[in-house]
Amino acid sequence: MARTVGVVVFPGSNCEHDVVEALTRVAARAGHTGGAPVADLVWHGQRSLARYDALVLPGGFAHGDYLRPGAIARFSPVMGAVAAYAAEGGPVVGICNGFQVLTEAGLLPGALQKNRGLRFLCTTVGVRVCTTRTVLTSAVPAGAQLALPINHFEGNYTCDRATLEELRAEDRVVLRYCDNPNGSVDDIAGVCNEAGNVVGLMPHPERACDPLTGATDGEGLLASLLAAAGATSVPA
Amino acid sequence: MPEGERRVKFEVMVEVRLRAGIADPQGATIERALPALGFAGVDAVRVGKAIRLSVDAADGAEARRRATEVADRLLANPVIEESTVTVVEHGGPAAGNGAR
Repeated sequence: MARTVGVVVFPGSNCEHDVVEALTRVAARAGHTGGAPVADLVWHGQRSLARYDALVLPGGFAHGDYLRPGAIARFSPVMGAVAAYAAEGGPVVGICNGFQVLTEAGLLPGALQKNRGLRFLCTTVGVRVCTTRTVLTSAVPAGAQLALPINHFEGNYTCDRATLEELRAEDRVVLRYCDNPNGSVDDIAGVCNEAGNVVGLMPHPERACDPLTGATDGEGLLASLLAAAGATSVPA
Repeated sequence: MPEGERRVKFEVMVEVRLRAGIADPQGATIERALPALGFAGVDAVRVGKAIRLSVDAADGAEARRRATEVADRLLANPVIEESTVTVVEHGGPAAGNGAR
C-alpha cells in the first residue's frame, strides 16, 4: 500500500531532502518495497494536501526567518491546507523550523525564543520520550532516551504557566531534554496538540537514521510517523 | 474608500517588546557587558524591535487602527510579545490620491 508523506518546502527550507531520504530508508527497512515514493516534496504555494497520508514541515529558515522564525511562513498559501489537514486528524510533524512555523500558526501552543546564552547550538543531545500517544512516538518505548542532533538558535521553548499546566495535565509534552541546552521551560524539546496528531520538536530525527552518520535513534520516531501515515490511508 | 475622501500618508512607529516576565537573553547579555565598559547604574535592559511604517489613512486614528492590526497579526507574537503603536507624523497625500 502506498503511503506518501508530504514534506512541505518553503523558500529557505533546507532539511527537506534529508527528511525524504530518511523516511525512504526507514520505510525500506520496515519492509516497504517498490511502487510509489514514500515521501514527496510539497511546494508552499500548494493549496491542496488531499493526496498525502502525513505531513512534515522540515527544518531550515523559511522565508529567511525574517521578523521571527515562522512569522512569514505561517501566511504561506499551503498553511490553510495544513491547518485543515491537522483539524481532520491528519498526522503533522514540524521539525526545528517546522516546529517554529506550527507555533506561529497557532497549531501548537507556546513560542520558540532565542537560546539562553545566545549561542547557536549544533550538537547531539539526549532527549527522553515522555508520551507514546502521538503520531511521532507511538512506536517508541515510553521513557526511552534518544540521542538526537539539534541545530538551532531559537529553540528555547516558552509558554505561560497556564499553558504549561495544560500541557502537563493533558500528557502533551512529547520530548524532554535530559540536560537542558537552551533554557526551554520544563526542559521541553517537543509538544503535541490535544489529539496527538500534530507534533513539533526541535531535535532532528531525520539526521539520526543512518549508521553512517553515527546515530540511528531517530528511526523509531520516523517509523511511528510512517505507521500513522499508513493508518490514515486505510479505506473506511 | 468613499469617493472624494482625502487619504494622507502617516508615518507610524511600532515598538515590539517582550512581555513582562519573559526572559530576554539579548537584554541580559547587554546588561552583563555594561560594567566592563564603565557604565554603572544602568540596568533592566530589554531588547525589542522598532518597526517604521507608512500608512495611507483618512486621519491619524485610522492610521493607528490599521497599524495596530498589522502589529497584532504579524509584527508581534502575542505569546511572548506586546506592541505599542505611535503615529509619528503625517506627510503628503497618499499615492494615487489627491494628485489629480
